Amino acid sequence: MNNALGMPQTAVVLGGTSDIARSVMRALAARRMRHVVLAGRDEAGLEGAAKELKALGVASVETITWDVIDEEAHTALAQDVAGRMGQVDLVLVAVGVLGNQDVCESDPSATASVLSTNFTGLAAAMVAFAQILRSQGQGRLVVLSSVAGVRVRRSNFVYGASKAGLDAFAQGLAEALRPTGAGVTIVRPGWVATRMTAGRSPAPMATTPESVAADIIRGLERRADVVWSPASLKVLFAVLRLLPKSVWRLVPG
Amino acid sequence: MSEPKEGSFSSPNMPTGVPTTHQILTGWGRTAPSAAEVARPSKPEEVQQVLAAAASAGRAVVARGLARSYGDAAQSAGGVVLDTTAMNAVHDSDLEAGWVRVGAGASLDALMRSLVPKGWWVPVTPGTRYVTVGGAIAADIHGKNHHRDGSFCSHVRSLTLATPTGTREITPENDAELFWATAGGMGLTGIVLEATIQLLRIETAYMLVDTERATDLEDTMARMTARDDEYRYSVAWIDCLARGRRLGRAVLTRAEHADLANLSGSCAADPLAFDPRVLLEVPVTPPGGLLNPLTVAAFNEMWYRKAPRWQAQKPETLASYFHPLDALGSWNRLYGSRGFVQYQFIVPFDAEDALRVVLERVSNARTASFLAVLKRFAEANPGPLSFPSAGWTLALDIPAGSPGLGNMLDELDVVVAEAGGSVYLAKDSRLRPELLGAMYPRLDEWREARNRVDPDCRLTSDLARRLGLVEQGVAPRQFRARRGNRPRSTAGAHR
Repeated sequence: MNNALGMPQTAVVLGGTSDIARSVMRALAARRMRHVVLAGRDEAGLEGAAKELKALGVASVETITWDVIDEEAHTALAQDVAGRMGQVDLVLVAVGVLGNQDVCESDPSATASVLSTNFTGLAAAMVAFAQILRSQGQGRLVVLSSVAGVRVRRSNFVYGASKAGLDAFAQGLAEALRPTGAGVTIVRPGWVATRMTAGRSPAPMATTPESVAADIIRGLERRADVVWSPASLKVLFAVLRLLPKSVWRLVPG
Repeated sequence: MSEPKEGSFSSPNMPTGVPTTHQILTGWGRTAPSAAEVARPSKPEEVQQVLAAAASAGRAVVARGLARSYGDAAQSAGGVVLDTTAMNAVHDSDLEAGWVRVGAGASLDALMRSLVPKGWWVPVTPGTRYVTVGGAIAADIHGKNHHRDGSFCSHVRSLTLATPTGTREITPENDAELFWATAGGMGLTGIVLEATIQLLRIETAYMLVDTERATDLEDTMARMTARDDEYRYSVAWIDCLARGRRLGRAVLTRAEHADLANLSGSCAADPLAFDPRVLLEVPVTPPGGLLNPLTVAAFNEMWYRKAPRWQAQKPETLASYFHPLDALGSWNRLYGSRGFVQYQFIVPFDAEDALRVVLERVSNARTASFLAVLKRFAEANPGPLSFPSAGWTLALDIPAGSPGLGNMLDELDVVVAEAGGSVYLAKDSRLRPELLGAMYPRLDEWREARNRVDPDCRLTSDLARRLGLVEQGVAPRQFRARRGNRPRSTAGAHR
């Protein structure tokens, strides 16, 4: 069960090898996490993440091989996880690929792949888990969105559009779940130094997975609807959203 | 995706034969919401109907009274919650012998309003009248007179308990095991339908209160140890924000029921008048809350200074001595949208150091703890999960948004458990399950008793799930047996 301070005891991670997800789970392991299921494609990577959580004292950690674009598998996964845990307190939605913007712009299937991984497949998976949370009457979906979706930019608009879609979907799902006892927290990090961004030059206000994780924990504590990380991005993007296109083009990052 | 409509997706209402509504519930602390189907049965048969329907639907069930448990004891996510407040009738009484038989949903407020004018008092009352008899039994509540009169269940002669395996009438004599498993059993042995309660004779609706100030924790404990036994009621309010030399400074109020001879003037004209009012209702929840370290520090300073250094035999009404906060309706809203937690623990009499450590940590953390309360308990009754036992108990209200609160309380749990103490489940909303076994060493004995009447573990609350109360699932953390397991008493130690 989620306790009075928003701390879960059970969690399923969609995209269990994500750097941000691993940081979040490390932080939760130190609190009162007892049962974790890590789902994803990279079996070896999942095993590594599972081993680490066990070493941190989580009593039960399991891995399930699962692909976000296999929409037929989502309901089975959700029911399997619910069956193993009893109560699913936290669904950490951390699947995401950056994609190669240049390739995407000329290759329809590359674009479709980014969108189905980051948005359509993931949205379908969220629907499957939302069903579980509804019937439980409690539990929280934490969705890793991105500031890239708040206002898309020329340099990464395919990724940005996928996050914009995911973010909008999560906002709607949050409203739909409001009367059910379940909740949704949308996380909008800025540029984070992870495997996904390795080799790229950091944008202004770059942050780390650990610091995003700390912001997410604080968000859980207050059952937040939206977590910006770092928090100052909230104010910054309130302004950036309003910039005329001619000026937005010139903004670095 | 088409817009889902409220109620259309979640588990459809169960055919219980009793109307249910889908509600999101929290405890008094307004934290950790969860949704359930709420049924409000008006007679015992309907309770059995709901229990049967829930069993066939595979749903959890728990009772809920006036929802004054601070945490998640009276809610059950995705399950069925039985609101008992419609079962509030007085079934029988003997106002010569001083007992009353009432429905479990009767509030102490209603009981007091009908009994005080006839010269009877409910022998154990918490800081609010807005609890039900069923809740008082489930939490085995205590008042300011535990050192003299024990806890609520020590005054319960018999009760009717609806369980998934049938309804039974139990007394401490005919089924001591189940009776005492129900006392403090957090509603997990069944739904209390009715109870017979022994009352206390009073001559007036007034108290004679002695007030004194204590300058620090040592002074507070010394004064309480020396003279608590001379009073039926005793409580110390501690200023949790005082530090250094003033750590643990307190205002002690100790009292007796006033006799007729003690009254004069208008009080004497109508000595048993009892009509407490809600003076002010907190209308909305201020988002950030109004209780923060600044406002609480100011209040605590004012409260301490306004208390007389020494004042004897001051007549006060029952309500103003026992239930001052009841005059402020919905005061829990003052903590804002994030709610608050109450941390109440007990440590044995030889573990005063632990009490000091807790107080120092709380004081140093500058959390806005408002009206922290210190009391002394006498020996435990035979209930395996009943909270009170010989020692000091401190209760602190802390806003849930206080930075670092979770980690601090986790650390305090260890201090308490190592000292041979425990936290009070009726107040809890965040304990780790690993510590439960150390705090309640007779947990397995209690589980056996409850499993006898609920073998399929249908009776389950969010509290039970969070702590693994009902089903053994968590490896308990071991502590040095400092006191060879506190004298939580085995049956027979009951005074």
